[in-house]
Amino acid sequence: MSPRRAKVAVIHAPSSVGVSVHRVEGVDKVTGAARYLDDLVVPGVLHGRTVRSVVPRGRIRRVTLDPAFDWKGVVVADHRDIPGENVVALIANDQPLLAVDEVRHAEEPILLVAHENPERAEAARLAVKVEIEPLEAVLTVEDALARRALVHGDDNVFKEIVIARGDLERGFSDADLVIEGEYRSGHQEQLYIENNAMLAERTRDGGLFVRGSLQCPYYVHRALERMFALPAGKVRVLQTVTGGGFGGKEEYPSMIGGHAALLAWKSGRPVKIVYDRLEDIAATTKRHPAVSRLRAGVMRDGTLTALDFDLVMDGGAYETLTAVVLSRGAIHAAGPYRWPNVRIRARGVATNTPPNGAFRGFGAPQTQFALECHMDRIAAALGMDAVELRHRNAVRIGDVTPTGQVLKESVGARQVLERVAARSKWSAARREIERANAAAEVAERSARTVNGGRRLRRGLGVSLVYHGAGFTGSGEVRLASLAAMDLDRDGHPRVRVANTEIGQGTTTMFAQLAAEALRVPAEFVRIEDPDTGSVPDSGPTVASRTCMVVGGLVAECATAMRERLELFAERPIKGANDFAHVARRYLAARGALRIERRYRRPPGIEWDDASYRGDAYGVFSYASCAIEVEVDLDTCETRVVHVQTAQDIGKAIHPVLAAGQIEGGTLQGLGWALLEELRWKEGRVWNHQLTNYIIPTSADAPPIEVEIVEIPYSHGPHGAKGVGELPMDAPAPAVVAAIAHATGVAVSEIPVTPERLRRALREAGR
Amino acid sequence: MSRPIRVTMTVNGRRRHVTVPAMKRLRDVLREDLKLSGSKEGCGEGECGACSVLIDGKSVNSCLVPAAQASGARIVTIEGLARGRRLSALQRAFIELGGAQCGICTPGMLITATELLQRAKGRVPGDQEVREALAGNLCRCTGYQKIVDAVRAAARTRVSAKRAKARPRAAAARTRVSAKRSARPKTRRP
Repeated sequence: MSPRRAKVAVIHAPSSVGVSVHRVEGVDKVTGAARYLDDLVVPGVLHGRTVRSVVPRGRIRRVTLDPAFDWKGVVVADHRDIPGENVVALIANDQPLLAVDEVRHAEEPILLVAHENPERAEAARLAVKVEIEPLEAVLTVEDALARRALVHGDDNVFKEIVIARGDLERGFSDADLVIEGEYRSGHQEQLYIENNAMLAERTRDGGLFVRGSLQCPYYVHRALERMFALPAGKVRVLQTVTGGGFGGKEEYPSMIGGHAALLAWKSGRPVKIVYDRLEDIAATTKRHPAVSRLRAGVMRDGTLTALDFDLVMDGGAYETLTAVVLSRGAIHAAGPYRWPNVRIRARGVATNTPPNGAFRGFGAPQTQFALECHMDRIAAALGMDAVELRHRNAVRIGDVTPTGQVLKESVGARQVLERVAARSKWSAARREIERANAAAEVAERSARTVNGGRRLRRGLGVSLVYHGAGFTGSGEVRLASLAAMDLDRDGHPRVRVANTEIGQGTTTMFAQLAAEALRVPAEFVRIEDPDTGSVPDSGPTVASRTCMVVGGLVAECATAMRERLELFAERPIKGANDFAHVARRYLAARGALRIERRYRRPPGIEWDDASYRGDAYGVFSYASCAIEVEVDLDTCETRVVHVQTAQDIGKAIHPVLAAGQIEGGTLQGLGWALLEELRWKEGRVWNHQLTNYIIPTSADAPPIEVEIVEIPYSHGPHGAKGVGELPMDAPAPAVVAAIAHATGVAVSEIPVTPERLRRALREAGR
Repeated sequence: MSRPIRVTMTVNGRRRHVTVPAMKRLRDVLREDLKLSGSKEGCGEGECGACSVLIDGKSVNSCLVPAAQASGARIVTIEGLARGRRLSALQRAFIELGGAQCGICTPGMLITATELLQRAKGRVPGDQEVREALAGNLCRCTGYQKIVDAVRAAARTRVSAKRAKARPRAAAARTRVSAKRSARPKTRRP
């Protein structure tokens, strides 16, 4: 594959940053030329299929290959064929690549088959008979905590975290009101439109070359080293054009890549595994369901005094990423507010369901959904306006978070709330809606027909959230990301990083940051493909870290490159042609030029893993949403009419791409709030189809108005903070608040499907 | 599999003959027999629209069309929207306004949007009309806002191109950037 180049003209140099240049791979994507994994034609390729458990928990008694089936040309592999360790290496390393004698969740992989004809491969899969003796399964967090059966350790708890600050007892005794609540959110499927897909080949030197749709090439690389007992240099992982990730291609590609590699290892042929939608929804990771119980103390004037937050998340059958999802959820549980006294207890529990994993927001949407719903309950109890309560308590510079982090700079909580209140004309709009709802009610009572006979009510709700950018705590220090730049033969600067373009615009953003420092147009910068054979490990493409952390390293590399070349030329470099000229002279005189920069912890950021105290993140981004809905009181359907949002992301390197992240994340949040629900039957997903797992269409999507607020962060490139996940946190609680405004009933569980809303309205006697 | 039949169709302006099983999906015929891999698959059951192609001017899910049914049809795929290297107004607007993110839905989205603009015959369709027209094409990245903006901008270009030469508007209409008045941010230096 040739390096991706920034084609197409920039709108204009001299400055790249802050300008919406054309995205690097834009033309390929609008002409059908972009090659996704399934589009690659590989001679001699076999198609792999996965035989899975149909029960949530049990002992494997026997696996038999149907003797009536013609097994000619079929490659079969099970756990005994794994040359190294039977583990998908991640954090706890508890998940096997293929089950040995027990299964802990439905859809757990047991055996692999491959054939050059995909239909024969599928027939072979169906000709494998697996006999499993079922054991009692734990399918809900309640059953897990009640230890209905023990499926992990002696308490079914993967991880418990307690974060405490101040004196909770005193906080509650200072309060005029103590308000309690319980909030729930369910599984959510990432639903990238390109299903998971990987391709593996054995190399001539006895190694492996694995390509695929993935976010983190080095995650797959390290997993393959362990599974095949290979040294790092014998494994190569390359990301192909990826049709969406949202966290869903963070850890699971290690599993599929391992499966394809095992079949390739055994057969000596290239092997493709491309999931269809049914398999992808049924078997791969989802957002962790969460149950949050809150007790909050508040004074009459709206000052918050105490928060006791108990969180339980369903991790599924293996630990995988649960401890870190739980951690991010717990750290964000108190929201962007001053709580002088707070205690957060978080537990991630084991159940016999497919492991839950990374999904945009990574735990923070779940806890902030609960907290924001609770803020509205507090406002209602006080008779105080929802914006006023938030504004009074929103964090400012100098305030302290529950982990003891002092917010030193770039705190946009109040600004984003003020902008959203102003742009939505909050108070006037709420009053107008209340008048219209009252008029509709009067008209309906007098049997006059309004709204074509439909009993419609409108409502407007607001939310305020924050999101820490980068890995939690000492995560970035441990990752120690390395980014590099060098010169290609034509004298173009080339960025070498492992971070992936999955639709969000990574490649374009890196080109801009390098171009700005080199004082050349973005189109002049080349970006190497994320190939572990040719790029250093700059860490995974997750945690809203790519621009702020890795982008910062790229900008440093570019600055150092320019300084080095100017020193060589003994004069400033002016523009692209001059750069290429100087670079070629440098290459001829001195040989290759490669600049590397490794992540260093910014000064003044301290974190202690043992006590869970300190600076959980270098900085937080902030967002507020005002959402207007229309509820049909007869069908109980909720339509989102309009979204107004303001988000403080430090600096928009590329305003169009940044707004695209905000709009896309907002709609995923609306889907989570209203539509998206996985239905389970005996531990298996039964709505694993786009026919009945419903995501928002363009007809469901409201107009989304975005205002980007830029309060710069001194350690981000040009002031940039994270933007990828933040937009996911804000919509759901604003929707619930808007429904409460429309109907007078505050639901406490999402998605607010018509069935759930109807139940809630009935219970409230409406 | 059904028995092979000979199918003749016009694809992106070229007459093509293939001998394929009668029930082979048009999507697979295009990708495997005609090597046009631009049409994708997201669900295989006609829900996501990633495999949309124009059949006699109508946007259709090619995963639901058997080869036999495409016999004699005029088919346009994503590969047929540009004239040589010259992109259509719609393709240009998608690039300029951020209508494509991961790009996997983009071929189908552009096909359906092309049908809409042909039907609109030089009129600029309204926001709601665009949303209704594209409701059979799922996108998980964009929230649809920039897709709707791009389709309408392309329609405007076509309308104004009739009167005078004009360019699609470069700025995304719905995004504002408000910077704080404070000093310029510092960047890290090595």
